[in-house]
Amino acid sequence: MTAEHLTPEDRQSPDSLSPPDRESPDSLASPDRESPDSLAAAVLARLRTAFPRAGVSLRTNPGPAVQHSLLVSPADLCDVCRFLRDTPDLAFDFLSNVSGVDWPDPSKADAVAAPADEQGTPAAAAGFLEVIYHLYSTRRRIGPLVLRVRTADRLSGVQIPSVVAVFRSAEFQEREIFDLYGVEFTGHPDLRRILMWDEFQDHPMRKDYVAPDDYEYEPTPHAAVLEKAQRHYVQP
Amino acid sequence: MEPSADIKRLPAPARWSIPGIGLLKGMVVTAQNMIQSYYRKERMTTVQYPEERAPISPNFRNFPFLCYDGEDPKAGLRCTACTICETECPPQCIYIVLERDANGKSLKRPKVFDIDVSVCMNCGICAEVCPFDSIYMDGEYELSKQDRFNGLLFHLDRLAKSADYHMKLRPKEAGEVAARRKVEVDKKRAVQAAKDAKAQTDKDMAKPEPTTKGEPA
Amino acid sequence: MISDPATSLTSAVLAPAVDDDQLLHVSLGPQHPSTHGVFRMNVVLDGETVVRLKPVFGYLHRNHEKIAEGTSYLASMPYTDRLDYICPLSNNWAYARAVEKLAGIEVPERAEFIRVILAELTRLINHTAFAGFILGDMGAWGSALMYAFREREKILDLFEELTGARMMANFMRFGGCRNDLPDGWSAKVSKLVDEYGPFLDEMEKFLVGNEILLSRTLNVGSLPKEVLINGGITGPMLRAAGVPYDIRKVDPYGIYERFDFRIPLGATGDCYDRIMIRFLEMRESLKILHQALDQLPDGSFIHPKAKIRNFKPPLGEAYARIEGPKGELGFHLISDGSTRPYRYRIRPPSFINLTLIEDMCLGLDLADVVVILGSIDIVLGEVDR
Repeated sequence: MTAEHLTPEDRQSPDSLSPPDRESPDSLASPDRESPDSLAAAVLARLRTAFPRAGVSLRTNPGPAVQHSLLVSPADLCDVCRFLRDTPDLAFDFLSNVSGVDWPDPSKADAVAAPADEQGTPAAAAGFLEVIYHLYSTRRRIGPLVLRVRTADRLSGVQIPSVVAVFRSAEFQEREIFDLYGVEFTGHPDLRRILMWDEFQDHPMRKDYVAPDDYEYEPTPHAAVLEKAQRHYVQP
Repeated sequence: MEPSADIKRLPAPARWSIPGIGLLKGMVVTAQNMIQSYYRKERMTTVQYPEERAPISPNFRNFPFLCYDGEDPKAGLRCTACTICETECPPQCIYIVLERDANGKSLKRPKVFDIDVSVCMNCGICAEVCPFDSIYMDGEYELSKQDRFNGLLFHLDRLAKSADYHMKLRPKEAGEVAARRKVEVDKKRAVQAAKDAKAQTDKDMAKPEPTTKGEPA
Repeated sequence: MISDPATSLTSAVLAPAVDDDQLLHVSLGPQHPSTHGVFRMNVVLDGETVVRLKPVFGYLHRNHEKIAEGTSYLASMPYTDRLDYICPLSNNWAYARAVEKLAGIEVPERAEFIRVILAELTRLINHTAFAGFILGDMGAWGSALMYAFREREKILDLFEELTGARMMANFMRFGGCRNDLPDGWSAKVSKLVDEYGPFLDEMEKFLVGNEILLSRTLNVGSLPKEVLINGGITGPMLRAAGVPYDIRKVDPYGIYERFDFRIPLGATGDCYDRIMIRFLEMRESLKILHQALDQLPDGSFIHPKAKIRNFKPPLGEAYARIEGPKGELGFHLISDGSTRPYRYRIRPPSFINLTLIEDMCLGLDLADVVVILGSIDIVLGEVDR
């Protein structure tokens, strides 16, 4: 910006953007950015006191990223999100990312997000779909707090309550997960397909999705490609 | 603390003190640019392609080619048909068939090596993963063809280019490769020579025995 | 063949919200120069006033995430170039960072410097091109865009010299960068950085006082801060509204903590602020570039044990984000221990920044919609993936 548009008093020292003073003295007072595991555990303790009967359990991440997560039961999701957003010393006001994951093999899901304590529910018998939320706090500058929610199965019990009423940023992301994974977000204001066209039948990001073979002729003579093309375009 | 805003706005009456002054200022910039484009070098940024061409940098990559040593593209081909590039290629545009002799033994060279450049996305991963210094990215860019399907499917004869070409294209990289290969060849030769020598001495060792036996006789 | 998404979506989207014969339904896009690609908005107008606006996506959808789940980790790197094709190197960095987090890979100091230099140059490219595009959207088609592209071209030439490609760089690797800087490259960048300030002065002179620009952008499309945060808006859009949220500062990654720079903030978050904030950010990027070029250390450009082939991150998941030029660019990866990611998810800033476009446009004129869309700064490669 040229000088005429920026008065000297507008300039601020670079350290004025340092995190604001963290006021509350509890376990969350100084969450360490480098170890979100303490974050998930601390938030879990708060949630257990606030919602004694809520189905929330800690899931540990075996990888080097140590972003541990909280498995939330679908029924409690909206309450938990609202609590996380509105409690002043938590203030998770920013839902950054919503991912859908397909787990046809539930044991794999429990390997990536291992149950940490006695409340960890045992692995489901059938596969399920999972939605993962990454929450941050813009005011307290902490995160990510990872929440995971699982559907009952992959066929008919694919309902999860929508969090759009709490976090508007989930609107398009939930639509995308509905489109690509088939998770039905109950209470979503406008649940339509977003990336695929409306008449599309399947959910392409599911692991068992079979891609159509009706693509255009491709000259690379890969055996599989050629075979598929020949199958589709029956030679006269 | 509420951070203060950096963008200052002039209050509306000041903004409109002389209507059109901002527009005029902008037009001065345009006029300056136009006039300077006749005599200032940094304003003359275009070249009259195809009569003139902007130089391409040595790092520039377009489509892959296969490098061969010596004169004969078939005999000197460095490719051993290991299919690493075929596996690693992100859009799967490489197709390789290994050449085998009558007994089905691998000849360690490709019978078919096709690259579909209509699918290739010039990422250069094939060149990066090749352990045999065989595949490199070319700098050639005028490749339009009338035939979309077969014209853009490059076969082995089209892909093979000499090591000299590589040297001309990217002297630094090719020089390093040549030096490394020379060391390897020399080492191999030395190992071979040592083996030969050892075989010779073994033979010599084995041979003299009867002679030594025979000598006293 | 697939059915045409344009026709099949129409009936569902354009179901009349208000049964009023006086309302005019306009399908803005997908082939329209002001929609920045194949993006469509179904706008319902009452006279000239927008009463309903529904964005329609998917014309450029190629299911990049599915492709990535079927290939090796490295093979997705060139695909990330094609997300936000204006700034491929930021995408490279975001993805490399996510994988490095997933596998616990250290990055050598020199590589971090190279990454910062490239990311800030990319920010210059993006914001410069943005200035050209937004003026094009307002009807100043030609000069502004040409000036912007002239400067962008200089940076792209540098990228070509370093990475081999002007846009599709495919340059970052897990644990560093693909190759070292060519001889004399950093001197060229220094020269470019020195010359960039005068160009920005010129560009600002060109547009800052322009009465047409002022009357079309002032007090257009602003929303309260809380709504923006709740709507997931990030990047210059959020900072223009006065929220000091820049991941380079609040969640520092790479070596950004070492540099002295500020986060410029706007006041109201209207389109004027969104344009001006990008100029201020470019000034800060130049500051970072000066410092990074001065301090550029010697050393390795990639971790010596970095693996290119057969790379298998350990079991686990990771979410990593960077401050891309358009906003928060995140990658969420789940590894099941094999060579292919089990889940590969991108958090695209352009896509999520569009969440609130209807709220921004309601009650304004149709012509304002174009300016607001331009000020959001979307790239369809990233929106539709």
